[in-house]
Amino acid sequence: MARSMLIISRQAPWAGPSAREALDIVLAGGAFELPLGLLFLDDGVFQLTKAQQAASLEQKDLTANLQALPLFGIDSLFVARSSLTERNLDESSLALPVEILDDAGLSTLINRYDHVITI
Amino acid sequence: MKFVIALFAPPHSPAARRALRFAEAVLAGGHEIVRLFFYQDGVHSASANVVAAQDELDVAAEWSRFVSANQLDGVVCIAAGLRRGVLDAGEAQRYQRPAANLAAGWELSGLGQLHEAAQQADRLVCFGGQ
Repeated sequence: MARSMLIISRQAPWAGPSAREALDIVLAGGAFELPLGLLFLDDGVFQLTKAQQAASLEQKDLTANLQALPLFGIDSLFVARSSLTERNLDESSLALPVEILDDAGLSTLINRYDHVITI
Repeated sequence: MKFVIALFAPPHSPAARRALRFAEAVLAGGHEIVRLFFYQDGVHSASANVVAAQDELDVAAEWSRFVSANQLDGVVCIAAGLRRGVLDAGEAQRYQRPAANLAAGWELSGLGQLHEAAQQADRLVCFGGQ
């Protein structure tokens, strides 16, 4: 059976290439149809917010790439409730459907995967 | 036990030194390194152009020696490498850059190599993540 991998994305989309590079790991694994999950944690939750203006920072907006993940067979998308709350965000702030997990849910999630990469 | 070791932090970070010492310990303990994979700022540790002060550890040179001496499978993510100026001769020519700087022992390849190795490994151990 294929080994599963959880990618934990912790950086805001404007904080350098980490958000892009976490997503690239997910997309590469999706091409092999591997069991993957993507968790947005801490500042990583800013990647999910609506109406981003990446062009004003001369960057590319990742939102469309994130929204396309289910088309690549990746529909295990998670976000930490505590990270949203700390940043005054909630479900209505998000540009795509993700499963919101409380802290206990995070532990369970991380334990479920064979490998974990945090970026 | 089969290990994949991934490095995400630059050569001047404590994580790069820890990863190197961990990799040495893996082999010394009789275990196998399926692949080393350098990603994000970790790619700089595969540059032949890193210069350490004389009284400091030259971690990039040590990595190159370690990979060559043990004939390990050392992969640098090509996209992360290009973005940060770590090029082999082929990429330097392709993008018309004046020099190639990928150190001996390493090869540039894609993220698929990380997934492929992780499928074979008992443990994926990452250094220098966030």
